Amino acid sequence: MDINFTPEEEAFRNDVRAFLNEKLPPALSDKVLNHKHLGKEEFVRWQKILYEKGWAAPGWPEKYGGPGWTPVQKSIFEEETALAGAPPLLPFGLAMVAPVIMNFGSEEQKQQFLPPILSADTWWCQGYSEPGAGSDLASLKTRAERQGDHYIVSGQKTWTTLAQHADWIFCLVRTDPQAKKQEGISFLLIDMNTPGISVRPIITLDGAHEVNEVFLDNVKVPVENLVGEENKGWTYAKFLLGHERSGIAGVGRGKMELRRLKDIASREKKNGRPLIEDPTFRSKVAQIEMELDALEMTDLRVIAAVQHGQAPGPEASMLKIKGTEIRQEIYHLIRQAVGPYALPFQPGALSEAGTDDAVAPDYALTAAATYFNNRKLTIFGGSNEIQKNIVSKMILGL
Amino acid sequence: MDFSLTDEQRMLQDTVERLVQDQYGFEQRHSYMQAEEGFTREMWHQLAELGLLGVPFSEELGGFGGGPVETMLVMEAFGKGLVLEPYVASIVTAGQLIGDSGSDAQKEAILEPLISGELLLAFAHGEPDNRYSDTQVSSRAERSSGGYVLSGHKAVVLHGDSADKLVVSARTGGDTMDADGISLFLIDATAQGVSIQGYPTIDGLHAAEVRLDRVQVGEDALIGQDGKAADLIELTQDRGAFAVCAEAVGAMTVACDLTLDYLKQRKQFGVAIGTFQSVQHRMVEMRMELEQARSATMKAAAKLAGNDVAERRRAVSTAKNQVGRGGRFVSEQSIQLHGGIGMTEEYNLAHYAKRIAMIDNQFGDADAHLDRFSSHMTVPKEL
Ligand SMILES: Cc1cc2nc3c(=O)[nH]c(=O)nc-3n(C[C@H](O)[C@H](O)[C@H](O)COP(=O)(O)OP(=O)(O)OC[C@H]3O[C@@H](n4cnc5c(N)ncnc54)[C@H](O)[C@@H]3O)c2cc1C
Repeated sequence: MDINFTPEEEAFRNDVRAFLNEKLPPALSDKVLNHKHLGKEEFVRWQKILYEKGWAAPGWPEKYGGPGWTPVQKSIFEEETALAGAPPLLPFGLAMVAPVIMNFGSEEQKQQFLPPILSADTWWCQGYSEPGAGSDLASLKTRAERQGDHYIVSGQKTWTTLAQHADWIFCLVRTDPQAKKQEGISFLLIDMNTPGISVRPIITLDGAHEVNEVFLDNVKVPVENLVGEENKGWTYAKFLLGHERSGIAGVGRGKMELRRLKDIASREKKNGRPLIEDPTFRSKVAQIEMELDALEMTDLRVIAAVQHGQAPGPEASMLKIKGTEIRQEIYHLIRQAVGPYALPFQPGALSEAGTDDAVAPDYALTAAATYFNNRKLTIFGGSNEIQKNIVSKMILGL
Repeated sequence: MDFSLTDEQRMLQDTVERLVQDQYGFEQRHSYMQAEEGFTREMWHQLAELGLLGVPFSEELGGFGGGPVETMLVMEAFGKGLVLEPYVASIVTAGQLIGDSGSDAQKEAILEPLISGELLLAFAHGEPDNRYSDTQVSSRAERSSGGYVLSGHKAVVLHGDSADKLVVSARTGGDTMDADGISLFLIDATAQGVSIQGYPTIDGLHAAEVRLDRVQVGEDALIGQDGKAADLIELTQDRGAFAVCAEAVGAMTVACDLTLDYLKQRKQFGVAIGTFQSVQHRMVEMRMELEQARSATMKAAAKLAGNDVAERRRAVSTAKNQVGRGGRFVSEQSIQLHGGIGMTEEYNLAHYAKRIAMIDNQFGDADAHLDRFSSHMTVPKEL
């Protein structure tokens, strides 16, 4: 057993750091580190910077323009970019639809869709969930009927993250209403500009506009936009779940937030002393650091197994559960650390470089909103309850 | 031992609950929030007409003669509707402080218009660096001919932007951390040198930064004794903590009810999600936290009515700590068990979840009260 990184891996880490040092615009990392909302341009701008370097798609094979990294390298990259405050790479195009197209799409689809995903010239969103189909995704109802060389799609998707920016949506739709529920589903790529699509914002409890409802009313989709075979969509969706799970633990992000927590707790005061010196609070910070340390090792164990050719299995569920719980605890501690200044709601402080009438530092004004917003971590991507069901079934055999 | 309410208390409870039920629906509340002050004067006047603004004041002061139990009943009902009006700021904290310790002239000038809904107060004690401390005060009141000159910054003053008069803590002696040397003053919100920056809070209320720049007040602005306000501030903070505990109990009740309803309605995998045992157990844990919070708040009511300061401190801290921890659990899990819908601004649950969580950031969080309890905990000498 050797838990150390190899010299090559350490050298790679240094390369990533040097790159971030040189190329990550401080205006961007400032926003990320202070939990301000990012606009579309900002996500795109960062991905294009990575694209120039050949690093936009850490998980892609070289043949499609990926860097061809090992799982360990990917994990180092994720950690370093998170720590530096780089905007996250949104998964919808790069990590969700692209692997499905690579594995099951036609040649034409690969040529049409993959290059602009890599270069951040198209924005994708994920149209899985529906009002009646959340955890029980296979019960989805959005209907696609074949008429000549088109599908006519009608139904409703919901919780669609950042659909307001999207050029394309990948949807699970029902093509065979008679079949068993998993067997009548297909995977369709739909241009968001097609007549019949409308997007309605859903404002979340922190005041943010991150998710949407997407209505599809007799939307005409060319059959060429079907991925793989009709009625095999569920297989592709499941493939996706098993495929891109590196980074699911969010260790890098967790470390970044822990560092922020310590920084904030050093600036905030309790009884005239820095809060971080207060034994009650400090012990909670220490506790979460220990949890995160252990999670990092668990994560590396899974990554090493993948590096040695094993498929990431239901272990990923454990990483998701622990990783999200730890981050939520950190966001709670940050909210607690800023005391009464968690209360003011000054949305200007969340969006722009600041607001003239800010009554407290940015880290305080974003603390409660960030805490509330991140309740999502245990709900989406398969809720933590569903993940526990997976572990109990697949690992424990219960 | 008897936990039942008197007929009078029951009537009071009915009155407030009916008001909340009839006039504090989700849409109604939303429309009240749009008012500049974050609540409407019409509603405040209704509270006055129903006699609610006089609840904690003795009959000779023109009040209803209620004690902590009555305040608890009012606040719990308010919590069920997420009432926006400045009851804690105006009545529970600053108002009772004047009622207890104001000079005759101050009582005369304040209480009648306060109870009739014409005048609003706020309790301006917090400062940018003092977190939840009762005694860390750096605002200063310098003696000058015929009175005092006040300077300082009062932070996150609940409803400070609608108050006509402020009860302000400032030092007439000692250093920032001393318990001794703190005084309380009653000042006009419009006095020269007072600037007030109001803002909404994330849980739908209002607060303000109050800056005092050489504000001149007369001798008669002093409340109680010069330099001896520490105990009174602590009592006032305890009342505030207790009142928001009762509010939390009301809000937690609704969050639990909404969640329970949802577990019965929402179907996934062909069955109501409430049939999953892991979900059932979570819901049971939420209810237990609610009952623990309710019990601790009831005990705090009893101890606030008594004379034993050490017991009061322990009981209020127990309640606020229970509400801090248990409220967080109920808030978070009620969202979790709703799934995505629990996160939306359009659905009422999120508003309860927010208020319940943010109560921890007022009048001392769970840790602050854990610390206070620890330092007042009795440890037997001989074992
Ligand atoms: C911020 C945010 C962004 C999202 N982005 C997207 C997106 O871009 N695209 C997309 O398609 N979807 C997205 N989602 C949707 C997300 O995937 C769903 O919210 C999630 O699958 C849960 O579904 P639901 O909200 O309908 O909750 P439900 O499935 O109704 O679940 C409600 C509660 O019941 C529990 N539960 C359900 N079944 C079981 C069971 N068998 N055992 C135990 N407990 C159970 C759940 O864990 C949850 O606590 C997003 C959600 C959020 C909150």
